[in-house]
Amino acid sequence: MKKSAGILLFILLLAIVGPWLSPNDYLGTDFDALLRSPQLAGMHLFGTDDLGRDLFVRTMLGIRVTLMVAVVASLVSLVIGVTYGAVAGYVGGRVDAVMMRFVDTLYALPFIFLVILLMVAFERNFLLIFVAIGAINWLDMARIVRGQTLSLREREFVDAARLTGVSTPRIIFRHIAPNLLGIVVVYVTLTIPQAILVESFLSFLGLGVQEPQTSLGALVDAGVNQMEGASWMLLIPASLLAVILMSFNFLGDALRDFFDAKHKQ
Amino acid sequence: MSLLKIKNLRVSYDDDVVVDAVSFSIKRGESVGIVGESGSGKSQTALAILGLLSRDALVSGSIVFGGQDLLTLSERKLDRVRGVRIGMVFQDPMQALNPYMRIGQQLRQILIQHEIAAGSGADAKVMAMLNKVGLPDAERQFRAFPHELSGGMRQRVMIASALICEPELLIADEPTTALDVTVQAQILNQLEELRDDTALLLITHDLGIVAGRCERLLVLEGGKLIESGATVSIFGSPQHAHTKKLLAAAPRIDRGEILPAVGGRTVLGVEGASVGYASASKEQLVAVSDVCLSLREAETLAIVGESGSGKSSLVRGLLGLIPMRAGRVVYAGKPLHGPVQARAASQRRDLQLVFQDPVSALNPQMRVASIVGEPLLVHEPKQSAAQRRARVVEALERVGLTAGLLRRYPHQLSGGQAQRVAIARALILKPRILICDEAVAALDGSVRQQVLKLLRDVQAESGLSIIFISHDLGVVRSIAHRVAVMYLGRLVEVAETATLFSRPAHPYTRALLAASPVPDPLVAPSRVPLKGEPPSLLKPPSGCAFHPRCDFAEDACRESRPELRELNGTRVACHRGEDIS
Repeated sequence: MKKSAGILLFILLLAIVGPWLSPNDYLGTDFDALLRSPQLAGMHLFGTDDLGRDLFVRTMLGIRVTLMVAVVASLVSLVIGVTYGAVAGYVGGRVDAVMMRFVDTLYALPFIFLVILLMVAFERNFLLIFVAIGAINWLDMARIVRGQTLSLREREFVDAARLTGVSTPRIIFRHIAPNLLGIVVVYVTLTIPQAILVESFLSFLGLGVQEPQTSLGALVDAGVNQMEGASWMLLIPASLLAVILMSFNFLGDALRDFFDAKHKQ
Repeated sequence: MSLLKIKNLRVSYDDDVVVDAVSFSIKRGESVGIVGESGSGKSQTALAILGLLSRDALVSGSIVFGGQDLLTLSERKLDRVRGVRIGMVFQDPMQALNPYMRIGQQLRQILIQHEIAAGSGADAKVMAMLNKVGLPDAERQFRAFPHELSGGMRQRVMIASALICEPELLIADEPTTALDVTVQAQILNQLEELRDDTALLLITHDLGIVAGRCERLLVLEGGKLIESGATVSIFGSPQHAHTKKLLAAAPRIDRGEILPAVGGRTVLGVEGASVGYASASKEQLVAVSDVCLSLREAETLAIVGESGSGKSSLVRGLLGLIPMRAGRVVYAGKPLHGPVQARAASQRRDLQLVFQDPVSALNPQMRVASIVGEPLLVHEPKQSAAQRRARVVEALERVGLTAGLLRRYPHQLSGGQAQRVAIARALILKPRILICDEAVAALDGSVRQQVLKLLRDVQAESGLSIIFISHDLGVVRSIAHRVAVMYLGRLVEVAETATLFSRPAHPYTRALLAASPVPDPLVAPSRVPLKGEPPSLLKPPSGCAFHPRCDFAEDACRESRPELRELNGTRVACHRGEDIS
């Protein structure tokens, strides 16, 4: 846990501070230095791209955007998914049936296709990416949370709370939700990489973040085009993407233990 | 020569020693019991013999069986001993049977695996074995899946699978703990009948089970063997203080003080209560039908019955946790109806429930302080945090705990502490009625005694009325003023405790008493237990629901249902009441 959290923190810090420390900026083009490999000269630590822009600064910027999209999208899915799932599971009966059939209906829609349509229709709005990715992820979250709630609802401590007259919202938020935390946290750390991948995929298709802004996905896309002559343009953002994804996956397991009261003293 | 010889067995996990320098031996054909409270290392000892300990266990010492040390055998060689020469029966047969395989197939596989029989020979052997363990309609059960059998029948199948290779040693780890008392008696008798010259190692927490059935006893405490010897002498003159404590804590149905009936006014009345569920296949399952009961002030009314008798459904119905089909509940002159959320706050605070399993009754993510304080938060929200804390501490001290536990989480409590916390939560609002649903069933003997004493003390001080649900007649005898016996959702007998234990009127009550194990080797266990198992609630028998299992049944019992009626000072639902008593 410490390692993966450390790596993530280091990358995040670098992404925030890095561009300041570098003499270059993400827009500036240097026509004397097109497609340079990583070098100290001109502080092009990650080299330059085909327009002569410094790739170190652009990569750091890409990480910021990617992480932000991922975290915001996951939070959107967390809030909607947990509330929706816990209410459906706890209230149960007809309410549950209607709520879950709605989720099933949304599942049936080809989401990537829908997102692409949205992107085309609304002129590639940056905000829309959050909404689109969040909208995909909350469905899974709602199902998982509902399933857990169904079994938690039958636990005797919930009966005990009902007997003393604890209100339904308080039961959901005080008794059910904390016991969901373990599984929700694990799932969020899995949705973050998923969101990163969807964002990268959209950017790769040219539908995500737009120039001159960039993200890791967009950088990989650009790198693929220059793969033969300038392999660093692909390798650096791609391997950073892989490291971030893996760190999140490892972090999930560790966080589950952390949120379980059994490991608290 | 001894069949099994264990020397200096030690099992540890990291620094945690669970079995410490245990040595004993078992002769051919002998029956030996291992008793101890939870955590005494009795199951770990059994698992060590079978080589089934988890991988991170450190084992030392020697376990010599038939001349070879099992601890040094390779997994492959061990497979030729385990299941063939040593049979095993575990507590939960549902865990031990493969849910996707038919019963016959599972047993046949054992024979084929160990090359004892094959083809139709194996089938014939399996059938013979199933008949031998008393599985009714073995022909059909051969093709059944485990979920189609009742708990008792599954345990019979487990015994069949343990004995089918004719082992020299049978290890049974709490084989009847998950079963009803009448079925327990059947299974234990069956085990004894079938084992012939197979040695038996019976592991249990229940002294009543080993008393009449094992020749020798081993008493474990904290991983150490503290006493061993002939059963009669251990029961007669226990040497070790812990053994004495265990014996003193074992509830008995045949001696001890009985509380006299109390004559206060009625605080709770239940009339014609029925509770039902719609089963998965939309069939109507009636768990409780037409129950009439009353509870007096400062009285403990016990409700006894086997699983499926409807005792838990009844109290859940009257508390409003599940809907009642019909009937009325009157508390302090006012009707209680509707789900618990819809009831008046004052009614809610006056009726509290204590659950069987404290682990699942306490929210694992909350600290003791918030768990016990939550009812105050709901009912007296104007109190300051300091006032609330003082009340919580007072409630904890009331149940014999200290303020030091306030910041603990439930998993940091022992079973007894957790149950006290649950009781403190139930008592903090000073309810008039406390309902205990198997509240001491999950506790070890000495802790159980303390909790029972606590309940009696609270009752004596505050005039609390208690409904005490239990399957254990020994416990009931020590705490109840009156007893109501339920069978298949109906009351069959209601009587004062003294009357019920001395002159049981209903044949079912008699059977329950006969089947309850007595922790005394000089009292022979019942050899003629009740036949059969409780029928399904989906297809209740005609007439008197008990008639298929009743020795006194006659035509009238099959045709019409007996109503609860007054008979010699008790209320009993039996056509033949006069002839029996």
